[in-house]
Amino acid sequence: MAEEMKMRATLQGDVTDVKVLMNHVMETGLRKDPKTEKFIPAHFIDHVVATLNGKTVLDAQWGIAVAKNPFINFRIKGAKAGDKIAISAADNLGTQYSGETIVAAK
Amino acid sequence: MDKLRRLYLKSAGAAGVLLAAAGAGLLKPGEVFAAAWNKLAFSSNNVNDAMKNANYGGAVESKDIILKVPDIAENGAIVPVEATSNIPGTTSMAFFVEKNQYPLVADFELPSGTEPYISTRIKMSQTSNVRVAVRAGGKTYMQSKEVKVTIGGCGG
Repeated sequence: MAEEMKMRATLQGDVTDVKVLMNHVMETGLRKDPKTEKFIPAHFIDHVVATLNGKTVLDAQWGIAVAKNPFINFRIKGAKAGDKIAISAADNLGTQYSGETIVAAK
Repeated sequence: MDKLRRLYLKSAGAAGVLLAAAGAGLLKPGEVFAAAWNKLAFSSNNVNDAMKNANYGGAVESKDIILKVPDIAENGAIVPVEATSNIPGTTSMAFFVEKNQYPLVADFELPSGTEPYISTRIKMSQTSNVRVAVRAGGKTYMQSKEVKVTIGGCGG
């Protein structure tokens, strides 16, 4: 299975900095294939949820204008070194993606 | 959260969207996502409609939102954007590109315990204002900044 996500969560004081890099084409549906002159169908991640030890800490809806191979950086309070942060994502074609990481002390 | 969900459901056609999404297999039993994808807002062509449909209507400009974007982006396909809200009780944050065909880029719900900060990368079709809108204590606020996009990425 191709690697879907790279994640890193680093404790900085009482705030945990979470960086996520996903592997996705994020095709807008507005581009034409130069050979066939037909529109390339939209294919993009439209939902992303992050959880800390199972509790939702980020709930996002995305459109087509999030850049290819999406990157997000967010910050949460209340996490400790060793806690688990998980990401669940889904695209407009119904494919599900997931990733997880353990909070590391800086 | 429940109130917001209701708002999404009340949006015109949202019920139909929900059914269509379920039919297309987008919503699986036990799905963790709190709300159905806000098709109405994501398919709005005008930034003010997009803001209204994403429940950020009537947002007032606030200096307490710090929006960091490049002055010039050579490649409109990857434009870094970063926003921090210093407004107490910020519960969500959304990014818009005024001149994109569909201005709403992304909408982030930030439960309590999550800092009012998001950094991500977006696509811009041309030079435009980028807007960030936030919801805090039932009110909405915004900040915007122009990004010049160099068409063709020649660096000129």
